[in-house]
Amino acid sequence: MDLTRRTMIRGMAAQAAMLMAARLVPGVRFSAIAEARPAALQWKKAPCRFCGTGCGVLVGIEGGRAVAVKGDPDSPVNRGLLCVKGYHVVQALYGEDRLQKALVRRDGKFVEVPIQEALDLVASKMKESIEQRGKDSVAVYGSGQWTIPDGYVASKLVKGCIGTNNLEANARLCMASAVTGFLSSFGLDEPMGCYQDIDHGDTFVLWGNNMAEMHPVLFSRILERKQADPRVRIIDLATRSTRTSLAADRSMLFNPQTDLAIANAICQELIAQDRIDQGFMERFVSIHRGKTDIGYGLEDGFSFSDEATPASFEELVEFLADYTPEAVAELSGISAKDIRYLASLYGDPNRNVVSFWCMGVNQHTRGTWMNNLIYNIHLLVGKISRPGNSPFSLTGQPSACGTVREVGTLTHKLPKGVVMNEEHRQKAADIWQVPVENIQPKPTYHTVEMFRALDRGDITFLWVQVTNPMVTMPKLGRYRSGAEKEGRFLVVSDVYPTPTTDVADVVLPSAMWIEREGFYGNSERRTQHFEQMLEPPGEAMSDTWQLIEVARRLGYEKQFPWSEEEHIESIWNEYRRFHAGPKHEMATYEMLRERPGVMWPCPDGKETLWRYNATYDPACEQGPFDFYGKPDHRAWLWLRPYEVPPEVPDDDYPFWLDTGRVLEHWHTGSMTRRVPILHRAMPKAYAELHPDDAARLGVRHGQRVRLTSRRGALELEASVGGRGNPSPGQVFVPFFDEGFLINELTLDAFCPISKQPDYKKCAVRVEKV
Amino acid sequence: MPILSYLAYPAAGRQAELKHQLNSLPECTVHAPEAGGGEVLVLVTDTPDEKAEKDLRVRLEGIEDLQCLALVFGHRETDGAAVEGEL
Repeated sequence: MDLTRRTMIRGMAAQAAMLMAARLVPGVRFSAIAEARPAALQWKKAPCRFCGTGCGVLVGIEGGRAVAVKGDPDSPVNRGLLCVKGYHVVQALYGEDRLQKALVRRDGKFVEVPIQEALDLVASKMKESIEQRGKDSVAVYGSGQWTIPDGYVASKLVKGCIGTNNLEANARLCMASAVTGFLSSFGLDEPMGCYQDIDHGDTFVLWGNNMAEMHPVLFSRILERKQADPRVRIIDLATRSTRTSLAADRSMLFNPQTDLAIANAICQELIAQDRIDQGFMERFVSIHRGKTDIGYGLEDGFSFSDEATPASFEELVEFLADYTPEAVAELSGISAKDIRYLASLYGDPNRNVVSFWCMGVNQHTRGTWMNNLIYNIHLLVGKISRPGNSPFSLTGQPSACGTVREVGTLTHKLPKGVVMNEEHRQKAADIWQVPVENIQPKPTYHTVEMFRALDRGDITFLWVQVTNPMVTMPKLGRYRSGAEKEGRFLVVSDVYPTPTTDVADVVLPSAMWIEREGFYGNSERRTQHFEQMLEPPGEAMSDTWQLIEVARRLGYEKQFPWSEEEHIESIWNEYRRFHAGPKHEMATYEMLRERPGVMWPCPDGKETLWRYNATYDPACEQGPFDFYGKPDHRAWLWLRPYEVPPEVPDDDYPFWLDTGRVLEHWHTGSMTRRVPILHRAMPKAYAELHPDDAARLGVRHGQRVRLTSRRGALELEASVGGRGNPSPGQVFVPFFDEGFLINELTLDAFCPISKQPDYKKCAVRVEKV
Repeated sequence: MPILSYLAYPAAGRQAELKHQLNSLPECTVHAPEAGGGEVLVLVTDTPDEKAEKDLRVRLEGIEDLQCLALVFGHRETDGAAVEGEL
């Protein structure tokens, strides 16, 4: 029997059984795609390559090529649904200009070389830099798109073997404020709840978070919830109208930076209306005051550390007295009535409230404070760590949590704990089999400062993997010219040419996603494994194996002994040792291979859905709540004031500039712009203007405008009445398009606690061209 | 060269494990319902001859997480006829 006929008969057999199942089992449904595809197609599970939601996908493999994709109905994250990027994710593997050979710059031009020769050069240049200028002259800059093994071997090599803390990742640009928010309020990173909060919640407050475009699958879950329950309310608090605003019950537009005041006003109103959960506050919360007037990090070498001072409830009341709804209405542009409405939702004992946020809150010069303030609201009313009551920080990248936050690929972090802690250093040294003296006790450079150090020449060797800083760094002009300076050696591992590979000395072709084995960790503490399903093109090699190859050339064979066949499993088993225990136990390799992701803590093979709640969390030593991350076993409520941003519109630069993403493109577009259907849907960046501003400037939709800040200028087409609509006096530009580098204009101010830059607020001039 | 399809009913709460075990058999293709779609799997088996088919049946009967296997569709190359609805 020929294969085609046999394939057809297998399809018939499957369809017959599916129909029978539909007759016998009420409500049963099978995917139409599964029925239509020939059975020769092999379906394998993976997390999606793109955002931090962590949707499960099934990849159809035929003849050694990924030919189809569908949502994994077994994944509790997306339950079979995907967004437009997810449905096209496999096409991102097959762009015509995939990097397949290593490139070395000679006489100003790239020449192809065998990858082993390129790795020899990387190792020798690294060695040379260390010998001539010391260990702190070399650095590795990775990503929230690094797999967990990538980040783990990078940390072991850089911190454990070489002995420098010059390790950072682009998640500093997107999630650092969430981390410091969690640490300062709860002592431990990552959300207490999970996506099941959507099923149990009836009130969703979105803080500066365009979920409809940035986390569309989760937003669909919210809309599904709303369809099932007419009591459900969605509130969109933002500086710009978006598709999320259109789907929300209420859209409230506030002036940039005033979210700090709005959150405090909600707290003030909750107390004034006696809506707080006094019992919860007394038993499970302690109140603290931090430093104020803390700066913006604009100068090289800026340093800040916060200090907590205990405060009383009366001091909290006194602190909040400035934040009456009327006072904040004037500042924020949101009416006092709306602020009271928000407080009434949070304070209603018959409502379950989930707050979601992402970049609007985190990319903020007071990002840590904003995270603290949202926790404050939930703590005051005791709506936390219970199903449907959850302050929930969403992530932007597929493994910002799994790799950067949990493995700890930041200058101050270790896979467990921080470099400043002797016990944590000792644990790392024991597991890594290196002398404890190798691990330096002082953090060095956070991301912005790392690129400043490259510009100054304090760092002379930088290896960038899976990220595109020559598009994403704020105040880009300085950092690009710094990377191009004489005496800098830049290595870039990527899958496609980018503006970052353009300035590299060596380009290493990377295996992408399912061309290698790996793990990602998503926003809800879910670790997801994917197997190698495809051969990488040409000489492309996984980032993990590139690091191992260089580590061995540097003499660290003992620390990196694994074979190519089993190294991912061995790395996972070694890494798991760091998190052993009920507060962060990771699933076994076998469990992860089998299941569509497992949430940690996972003691005794059982996932923990809601942390700090004794009903669900076996790590609790007391009930009903135990915020065991803090020494006093309480969550910390912080007094955090409103403070102005470092740059505000004035006569010369009268507009606010806000930057962000679009539905169709992932970050800098290096993958999604190579997917024809996504590229055609959103071919280029634009400047979104309010219709009144456009009319005043004499600009119509599609006409060119020039945006100028104190740092640079850019010409691009105006969008008026498009999918987004900024408030008057604001302009929005997406950053996915390397043809229009909006970060030439942005400011490199950052939150002094998290060191995360603010991409949402700087001042620009807008002119018709 | 028999091709057969079945409804495979898992032991209570063991659908994921059963799916994994069936998928690990090279002669088997498993289709799971969409989320919330009930505790049943569709199993399609494709074996080179009658003996291999019988051997596979023995292995399937040894899977603890499989509570019940109900044949729905059968095709055998010798008679060329597909037989539906043998449930």
